[in-house]
Amino acid sequence: MIILFISVVVDLFGFKNSLLTRPAFWASYSIILPFQLITNWWLTSRNIVMYSPDTIVGYRLASAPIEDLLFGFALILNVMGMWEYWGSKGIQKD
Amino acid sequence: MLKYSYLAVLFFVVVASFWLEIAFKVRVIVRMKRVLLSLLPISTGFLIWDAYAISQGHWFFDPKQVTGINGPFNIPIEEILFFLIIPMAVLMTLEGVTRLKPEWKNPGLKK
Repeated sequence: MIILFISVVVDLFGFKNSLLTRPAFWASYSIILPFQLITNWWLTSRNIVMYSPDTIVGYRLASAPIEDLLFGFALILNVMGMWEYWGSKGIQKD
Repeated sequence: MLKYSYLAVLFFVVVASFWLEIAFKVRVIVRMKRVLLSLLPISTGFLIWDAYAISQGHWFFDPKQVTGINGPFNIPIEEILFFLIIPMAVLMTLEGVTRLKPEWKNPGLKK
C-alpha cells in the first residue's frame, strides 16, 4: 500500500509530465491489466507461488491476492515513469 | 516438465509482447541502454523487497515448479527474469500505444 502511494506521489510531483494524466498510460494499463491477471492466475492457482496467510488481507481476484494489483500498478507506473524520464533527458529518444 | 511451470508463464509474456518490436516497430529492444536505465533501479528495488519477503516467509515457491536455480539471496532465477521481462513487455505496450495514437502521449485529450 505504501509502495503504491509513493509511486503515485513520485509520478505526479517528481516528473514534469505525469503519466497519470496521460491517455497513453491508461490505455497501456488497460491492455496490461488482463495479462497481469492471467499471469498471476497461472502463478497462484497452480500454487507455483504461495503466500503466508498472515501477510495478505485475504481478498483474492482471479486466484491472486488483491495486493498484486497494487504491486503491478506500482511496477508498471515506475518503469514507464523512468522510461519517459530518460527520454526527456534525450537518452535514445527515438 | 513441471519444473518449468514458472518459466512457461514468462515465455508466454515474451510471446505475447515481443512481436510488437517487429510489427509496431516499437524499438524497445534496440534502445537497450534506455531500457536498462529505466528498469534496473525499479527492478532492483522490487527484488530487494522480494528477497526480504522470501527470507521472512511472506511468500514462497513450490520447489517442484521452479528450476531450482537461485540467484543471490535465494531468489529463484524465475523471479529475476520476471523483473527483466515484465518491464520490457510494459514498455513495448506503452510504445505500441503511442505508435498508434501519438496524440495520447500528452496530458489530456486535446481536440
